Amino acid sequence: MNAVEFVLAGMLAAATPFLLAALGELVAERAGVLNLGVEGLMALGAVIAFIIVYQGGGHLLGFLAAGLASAALSLVFAVVALGFRANQVATGLATGILGQGLSALFGKSFESLTVKGLPKVSLPWLSDIPVIGGLFTQDIVVWLSLAATVAIWAMFAYTKTGLVIRAVGENPKAARALGYPVIAVRFAAVAFGGALAGFAGAYAAVVYTPLWADGMIAGRGWIAIALVVFGTWLTSRIFLGACLFGAVSLASLAAQTTGLDVSSQLLSSLPYLVTIVVLGIISSNRRLLKLNGVASLGEPFEQ
Amino acid sequence: MSALSGPFLPLLVRREHASLTVKLVAPPVALALATLLNLGLYILMGRDPVAVFHAMLLEPFLSWSSFSEVLLKTGPLLLIAQGLAIGFRAKVFNIGAEGQFILGAIFASAIPIWFPQATGQWIWPSMLVIGALGGALWASLTAFWRVKLNANEILVSLMLALVAAQLLNYLLLGPWKDPNGFNFPQSVMFQYDAMVPILIPGTRVNVSLLVACAFSLAAWVFMQRSFAGYKLQVGGLAPRAAGYAGFNEGRAIWLSLLIGGIAAGLAGAAEVAGPLGQLQRSISTGYGYAAIIVAYLGGLHPVGIVFSALLMAALYIGGDNAMVSANLPVAAVRVFQGSLLLSYLVAIAFVRYRLEWRHAAHGSTP
Repeated sequence: MNAVEFVLAGMLAAATPFLLAALGELVAERAGVLNLGVEGLMALGAVIAFIIVYQGGGHLLGFLAAGLASAALSLVFAVVALGFRANQVATGLATGILGQGLSALFGKSFESLTVKGLPKVSLPWLSDIPVIGGLFTQDIVVWLSLAATVAIWAMFAYTKTGLVIRAVGENPKAARALGYPVIAVRFAAVAFGGALAGFAGAYAAVVYTPLWADGMIAGRGWIAIALVVFGTWLTSRIFLGACLFGAVSLASLAAQTTGLDVSSQLLSSLPYLVTIVVLGIISSNRRLLKLNGVASLGEPFEQ
Repeated sequence: MSALSGPFLPLLVRREHASLTVKLVAPPVALALATLLNLGLYILMGRDPVAVFHAMLLEPFLSWSSFSEVLLKTGPLLLIAQGLAIGFRAKVFNIGAEGQFILGAIFASAIPIWFPQATGQWIWPSMLVIGALGGALWASLTAFWRVKLNANEILVSLMLALVAAQLLNYLLLGPWKDPNGFNFPQSVMFQYDAMVPILIPGTRVNVSLLVACAFSLAAWVFMQRSFAGYKLQVGGLAPRAAGYAGFNEGRAIWLSLLIGGIAAGLAGAAEVAGPLGQLQRSISTGYGYAAIIVAYLGGLHPVGIVFSALLMAALYIGGDNAMVSANLPVAAVRVFQGSLLLSYLVAIAFVRYRLEWRHAAHGSTP
């Protein structure tokens, strides 16, 4: 297997934690809520899923519990930021620190233990194509994440639910005047985002690298938030961005195996450096950000 | 109407005037609330809550030796938080102080690592100056990205903090590793003149605590008494008004980030030239993130931050105590920090709002 095939085959799996968390953040931000706690939400989901799978509860239960736990923590964020109208930046940071602390606390006696991942499912014929065939051999969670991407894209493009979420984010006063419960919609969007962050963390801890280590999320939650900006709040571009980050994190692995003489610290910081560079390129196009940006993002709503 | 409204829930109603009383009692109330919540967690974990409470919140203040350790930890937290608070009031969210702290430590360490034989009383002051410069340089990357490229400073500063941690690893595993250090990721021990002089004999408290106090005083003068500080605050509270008044937004961002970077860089330099005496991995124990909580808990006010820095330092020492005496994992400190900030954010909501029960609220909601 050469480097290109290696990256193509593994890209989607590496992209999945980024993709799930970014999709969740997208829904929350579209509703006008900036939740900066994603890193902590992912860490909590990761440890909960790991403990359940390690104790023999199985992957399905692990994912469900991770989604529930992270959704619950994101509701704590929602009560403080939306109910008590606190500064969303500070509330998000606090939620993130709390989530990371809880994850370290719960995971303490599981440090460095491993579990079994998930088997791969190949699509017939497609997976036999040379070079790109690897793209079509993925575990079930990757396939479900791709389906979720399409579903969220369709929700924003074609459904009333999508329209209501966008209205609440664009102009909450007008949405309220039309009779939509702004705060309730925002609560639901935040909880949905929390659950997806929990799934993202679960995937990282029990499928992608099925072992537990404190701090294993390693900035992926923050990159997911950046991905929403990269994708200029559009589902399709967020998907492409997640694939880019999947490829970047794999390319650094591939570079190490081919014996390229680059320090491992430089390779580890590659995703962060790419984030900084891409963020600079995309953000400098102010028109693009304004075009799809969410007008009331981060602002508390009071009637 | 808020999410708290419903048939049985009270409404949050805006007060005519912000309540100063609530502002003053909010931090102690938040501390009490967070303490209760966390004691509940310790009971669930099967720990003796009385023992943990004693070890975590009382013991740091009960003996001079442990209180002097609290003072030692107060220094970096106070410095970083004062710098961050200035930016936060201007709505410039530099959350990557951890990275600026690390760069300060790296820059300061360059002197004793490159000139291990040098002697003289000039060494430690120049380490502090160069450390501050390193922190400012790292922060200026964020400022450039924000001002010139319109990039979100929260994300850029955080990513740079993660890069800084890798840079530290690189130096300690590679060029700056102590050749006689049994392969531990740490530098050589610094010479005597590279150490900040001890302030209180018999303790590890050094002169950098005075630097932190002087910085606090300067922050107070800057924010409460100077026109430049006033412009920053207007920019944060009413960006449009600041624009009409001709206050330059880009300058406010540069100023906020540079002040934050200088403070964090100083703190990093003081850490390697103080209690550690060498560059090592454990310099980054999350001071940069804890200082964000310190800044908010102190109401983003230079005087309030002095108290919240002391409290947060005591929590660190108390967390270490509780780990030894009550077998509590260190991560409990992070849980306490997060819940403390959340409790505080709830408590200060009542500075601007009051609760009103629904039946009484009819006609009074705007």
